[in-house]
Amino acid sequence: MEFRYLPMTEEDKTDMLKTIGVESTDELFSDIPPEVKLDREMKLKPPENEYSLTEEMRRLSSKNSDIRQYVSFLGAGVYDHHIPSVVDHVISRSEFYTAYTPYQPEISQGELQAIFEFQTMIAELTAMDLANSSMYDGGTALAEAITLAASQTKKKKILLSESIHPDSKEVIGTYAKAHNLELVMIGENNGTVSIDELDEHLSDDVAAVAVQYPNFYGQVEPLGEVKSKIEEKAKKAMFVVSANPLALGYLTPPGAFGADIVVGDTQVFGIPAQFGGPHCGYFAVTKKLMRKVPGRLVGETVDENGERGFVLTLQAREQHIRREKATSNICSNQALNALASSVAMTSLGKEGLYQMAKMNIQKAMYMKNRLESEGLTVMFDGPFFNELVVQLPQSVKVVNERLHEEGIIGGFDMRRVNEKYEDCMLVAVTEVRSRQEIENFAKIVGGIS
Amino acid sequence: MNNGAYPLIFERSRSGRTGFSLPQNDVEEMDVDGLFDEDYKRKEKADLPEVSELQLIRHYTGLSSRNHGVDTGFYPLGSCTMKYNPKINEDVARLPGFSHIHPFQEESTVQGALHWMYDLQESLSEITGMHTVTLQPAAGAQGEWTGLMMIRAYHEERGDTGRTKVIVPDSAHGTNPASATVAGFEAVTVKTDERGLVDIEDLKRLVDEHTAALMLTNPNTLGLFEEDIVEMATIVHDAGGKLYYDGANLNAILGYTRPGDMGFDVVHLNLHKTFTGPHGGGGPGSGPVGVTEELEPYLPKPLLVKQEDGYGFEYERPQSIGRVKPYYGNFGINLRAYTYIRTMGAEGLKRVSEYAVLNANYMMRRLEKSFELPYSQHCKHEFVLSGSIQKKLGVRTLDMAKRLLDFGYHPPTIYFPINVEEAMMIEPTETEAKETLDDFIDTMERIAEEAEHDPEKVQEAPFTTVVGRLDETTAARKPVLKYQPEE
Repeated sequence: MEFRYLPMTEEDKTDMLKTIGVESTDELFSDIPPEVKLDREMKLKPPENEYSLTEEMRRLSSKNSDIRQYVSFLGAGVYDHHIPSVVDHVISRSEFYTAYTPYQPEISQGELQAIFEFQTMIAELTAMDLANSSMYDGGTALAEAITLAASQTKKKKILLSESIHPDSKEVIGTYAKAHNLELVMIGENNGTVSIDELDEHLSDDVAAVAVQYPNFYGQVEPLGEVKSKIEEKAKKAMFVVSANPLALGYLTPPGAFGADIVVGDTQVFGIPAQFGGPHCGYFAVTKKLMRKVPGRLVGETVDENGERGFVLTLQAREQHIRREKATSNICSNQALNALASSVAMTSLGKEGLYQMAKMNIQKAMYMKNRLESEGLTVMFDGPFFNELVVQLPQSVKVVNERLHEEGIIGGFDMRRVNEKYEDCMLVAVTEVRSRQEIENFAKIVGGIS
Repeated sequence: MNNGAYPLIFERSRSGRTGFSLPQNDVEEMDVDGLFDEDYKRKEKADLPEVSELQLIRHYTGLSSRNHGVDTGFYPLGSCTMKYNPKINEDVARLPGFSHIHPFQEESTVQGALHWMYDLQESLSEITGMHTVTLQPAAGAQGEWTGLMMIRAYHEERGDTGRTKVIVPDSAHGTNPASATVAGFEAVTVKTDERGLVDIEDLKRLVDEHTAALMLTNPNTLGLFEEDIVEMATIVHDAGGKLYYDGANLNAILGYTRPGDMGFDVVHLNLHKTFTGPHGGGGPGSGPVGVTEELEPYLPKPLLVKQEDGYGFEYERPQSIGRVKPYYGNFGINLRAYTYIRTMGAEGLKRVSEYAVLNANYMMRRLEKSFELPYSQHCKHEFVLSGSIQKKLGVRTLDMAKRLLDFGYHPPTIYFPINVEEAMMIEPTETEAKETLDDFIDTMERIAEEAEHDPEKVQEAPFTTVVGRLDETTAARKPVLKYQPEE
């Protein structure tokens, strides 16, 4: 069998063995104790040629209902947005995608500068002093934000809004166990965090208050009120906000409300859904937390000729230097996806971002109107971004099956979040949904009894 | 010659230029401004760059030309396994039926995806000799943490709450002790002996009723196989501890031996190393974790299982440590790894390790003539040289690394592992041809000669890169972490 990734010839092999001074490659493995040597071939499918494997994978892929063929109203943290053509062209340049972490700055200026630009864009969007080079995703970024707040304040109690993404809450639960943190869920009131409940639980022993903006139900959390409560009752507690960066094209950024840590996911900018990953977390903080940030940071400096250049910096925070004393164990991050998001944000620019964010709200609002005209109840009446919760006459599963027959992927089953949301669907409407698609959806759902 | 600074995208921006094309706004009549309180409407639009599409493309193309990837040239970066990233993987990952599916779709609408995910889990189980594999962890470090959390849950559930320590060799990757800390353990260091292997006597001294686990990379970061592995496993297991396998160096042993057969209880893999997921300039990676049957109940949830009517996720897992990542892992990276495994099969994967090890030993035997080789037994997929001879001449390993840049090479990993003076860690991988190795060796010999006869040339390198040596001290002392226009 020939393998196109392996250039070794018999002649090379003979030459090399001779240089090493051994008879066969087996001798090079003689340090493996015989009792743990594998004495059979691994049981794997046989090697496949390029054509057949591509065809097999194409057939498998076509078994899935993808959101390019189907019209999708599913969001819940992963959104169907337009991805500019330029994005894939840039990230397909192999100088970017086949490179390692830029530890040798002289031959990694492209990557380093691209990350520096990403950090700048995220800091601008969130109105924070600085941002890191990326995290795995929004959920783990939020969990890291909470552990950072706990270590910074030396306190263990975390107040978590119930209206945070369910998967993020689960991830936070796992991280909280690791750090022995106490999680207190703050309930909602008409779809946003209950300020009364927050008031009840806020005290000097609170490390952080975390909310999502817009929250999982699409509602815009009253960040100003949350911040005032923290100021009033627990001055030292950190204000952590998980924000959809696209929404920040229209909404007041968390930094302007005095957030200490802002995290989220940049999947909305140029990253396909791809079944939930890889996406790209971001992590932005105030200057005070600069030396506590997890993950890599790129900084500007000069070379020996005084010319501007970029390097990985403040590495004394990181695992490869600090080992067991590092602020986090993160090593690989999501650099290529951060690049994709940078390209998408550059493509949008100042004006495009604003228009896109606003269009999301407009289309979601149009959906709300249509659903209400069909006699359905849209829950909560606060301001929202591009998602809303609608009460259905049937279970979400049944409605989604019906929609699927019509070439539509319906929304998220809210029962997964809370049993009180039986028969409630979280519907996402982004800029790519047309008026007609929205009307059609409302009509089908409205027609189910 | 160094050709100096390159404008930032923000410096190319001009008010009024656009590079976007949004879908039609066919609901323009919706007045949303009244929906929000003034306080919640952004006062000034976010200042993203305003450039045309061509300007954008030129900017990023220019940046890419200031970057070195595997496709650009040889990248013998030890411990990172910078092998070729097959192009079919990229094409498969971009099939719309994979790249455009949503994690919350009904399971019946994504069976094609679940099918290969399950097959990948099974393949990785066979490759590692473990009972069950999860694809959820996002990268190697998260896999480490996941594995340690499972070990913690296992001990705690048995009421064995005094196991607070995780033993880590002094040659280990930095993520090992860091992961131990963030999983709530205390990291304890075991020494390396004169063979470059774990000091068994020191290990015996350290292991006791407080030992939760021993974390091991095998072959270790010196590229040497821990030949006492069976005895080590017995020592740790007899004391009630668990054995953790860091899969960073799995590329050396595919088809020769398996962590499960060596006695490991938990394994993480770096699919972006051994299994050709591209490194992407720092990520994304993927860090699946495999466990023994005993630890299976603690795996993160949900777990992908085969059911009567197809594949589905199992959420009812009461002993699970919980979720470590939203959704189901870095699907796109897992897909590339799956495509690679299917391309190679068992025969191909074994040859991968055979040639990775052959290449490394060949380079080691030729380079030991010009550089100090602290451990002289056969290596596995990588080896570590010391720059101590050259240091005496006033030339540091850092200088030699910078000089390599002038010849179009990415340097080896330097100053790691930390237990070798002036370390240079070289990993050629199996995808490099002998001519490439020979050329690199010739260059290294030339640099060794320069160190002797023309040390300044090495000390002042690089000469051909787009920037010269950068001032990292000032960067850390006065951090500038974002662009700020001059007022």
